Amino acid sequence: MTTVSGAPASLRQETLTVNMGPQHPSTHGVLNLVIELDGETIVSAKPTIGFLHTGIEKTAEQKKWQQVIPLVERMDYLGPHSNSLSFCLSVEKLLGLEMPDRVIWIRVLLAELQRLSSHLVWLGTHGMEIGAVSVMMYAFREREQLLNINELIAGFRMFPSYMRIGGLREDLPRGFKQTVAEFLDAFVPKLDEYEKLLTANPIWIKRTKGVGRLSKEDTLAWGLVGPMARAVGIPYDVRKTFPYLKYETFDFDVPVASEGDVYDRYLVKMAEMRQSVRICRQALERITPTGPYDCGDFRIVPPPKDRVYTEMEALIQHFLIYSQGFTVPKGEAYVPVEGPRGEHGFHIVSDGSNRPARIKLRAPSFYAVQALEKMIVGGLIADVIAVIGSTDVVMGDVDR
Amino acid sequence: MATPSIIEALNAAVPAARAEAVPSVDMETILVAPEALVDVCRFLRDDPAFQFSLLSDVIGVDRLPETPRFEITYHLACLGDAFRAPGASTSAPPRRLRLKTRVADAPEGEQPRIDSIVSVWPSANWPEREIFDLFGVAFTGHPELRPILMTDDWEGHPLRKDYPVQIRKCGHIPWEIEMPPEQFAASVAASRKQAAEAAAKPRREEETQ
Repeated sequence: MTTVSGAPASLRQETLTVNMGPQHPSTHGVLNLVIELDGETIVSAKPTIGFLHTGIEKTAEQKKWQQVIPLVERMDYLGPHSNSLSFCLSVEKLLGLEMPDRVIWIRVLLAELQRLSSHLVWLGTHGMEIGAVSVMMYAFREREQLLNINELIAGFRMFPSYMRIGGLREDLPRGFKQTVAEFLDAFVPKLDEYEKLLTANPIWIKRTKGVGRLSKEDTLAWGLVGPMARAVGIPYDVRKTFPYLKYETFDFDVPVASEGDVYDRYLVKMAEMRQSVRICRQALERITPTGPYDCGDFRIVPPPKDRVYTEMEALIQHFLIYSQGFTVPKGEAYVPVEGPRGEHGFHIVSDGSNRPARIKLRAPSFYAVQALEKMIVGGLIADVIAVIGSTDVVMGDVDR
Repeated sequence: MATPSIIEALNAAVPAARAEAVPSVDMETILVAPEALVDVCRFLRDDPAFQFSLLSDVIGVDRLPETPRFEITYHLACLGDAFRAPGASTSAPPRRLRLKTRVADAPEGEQPRIDSIVSVWPSANWPEREIFDLFGVAFTGHPELRPILMTDDWEGHPLRKDYPVQIRKCGHIPWEIEMPPEQFAASVAASRKQAAEAAAKPRREEETQ
């Protein structure tokens, strides 16, 4: 016996609840999604986070200001420079420090190289999850070279801690400019290669076009900025709207798309990488071979080693900074930067002592996971993976 | 175009806000009364002269030992030409605003309370849950107020200043992990016997040759 719709009357019609994660390979870490399914259509989705919560914000309250930098670099582990940069900028704002131009250009260069590195991981994993496995091999090949550059400047590939409050850890190593210039020259043809693999690929287009769409109003209301907002047609880029690090003196465009689906997010990020290469080239030209690499304020940055070994005052200052640290005036500051995933910044509160009273990261991934439900409900379960990949979430950023 | 003063407009539109400026090094900072928070937020979002369409972040701060104890900070941004609020004919100049409100600590057994602004900016949902979880400040009118980062049965609010730091907490294990000594001895004997049997077994022929 059948009903009009063709289903047997005895067939149970109910939704199915599926647990996706926290150990699912395509949830980008430890994200748990409780999905309610009607056939293949998603009726509701509840993200659960907190599996990677390590309490870095609480730990930082026990550390001195300069000891916080290695901690914050581990928050968004694909964009360490952007974490430490935004933290340094906020503390320097409160201290009232001005950086020499050379420090600013080096910081810009590293921030943009790191955007490339983060976008490459996104491209590789996003491609692999949708089925374009070879893209991952290529993207990670180039990312390896960027990690080598990190190793060159700091001796540490993932978390270089190269940006310090008051400048940089040390001067650029010999051969740095040449290494970066060679990388940039080789990288642009590689970008063409990735785009050849994906942009007009019919399978890629079928999996990504029209998937996970959001309207302009919803995007902002849910706090989504960065590439997510630019893919809907909101040309908001912190580097242009609220410039920091003298970004207004650089010549670059803000790529914008209009549809706001997974495919447009892909297009925007690919175009962003090309713009980053442009900025890198300009910054590289401006970095002089010699010059200051910190602000030279010995209340904040330790004196150079040759002076520590020969001058009493420098030795005392060195010990002061490494034993009791420096104090930051009472107050609060927030300097947003354009991280790889959008507006990214540390709100810091100081009570006038040598330890932060409170630091809080504005984590773009946190808002992306919050809005995930909005993007996937009503779609198919197969699209969930494409949407998560396109939001480019880093769970270290979400849970902190 | 001259940027209109937020405080004057705010005090004219929402007198209950009692907005006052707070000195700050980076952006305009305004302290408002907690009772008028939702009206203030709605005004700042909808007024065509300001158009703070983006709630960038919500931050909780424990000011112990000062009173009122908790401070909730909202970072608002108007994106200028990048985004014009629906209904506005022109875009407002890009600017950032830090909106603060303070809430007193509640007596033992109760939670400090403040109005939720999820109805104004939906993005406030999870940050408010985070503050509820880590500071123990409850938000009236929040659609789903439950812990977000810590487990549901976690005691205390870790980001409070009086939360002890140097303590070790055992993980919660839902089943019995201790076994009686007899069972332990039997288990060890069994595994030893198994190992001895495995060792006594003749190896495969090609290996012995």
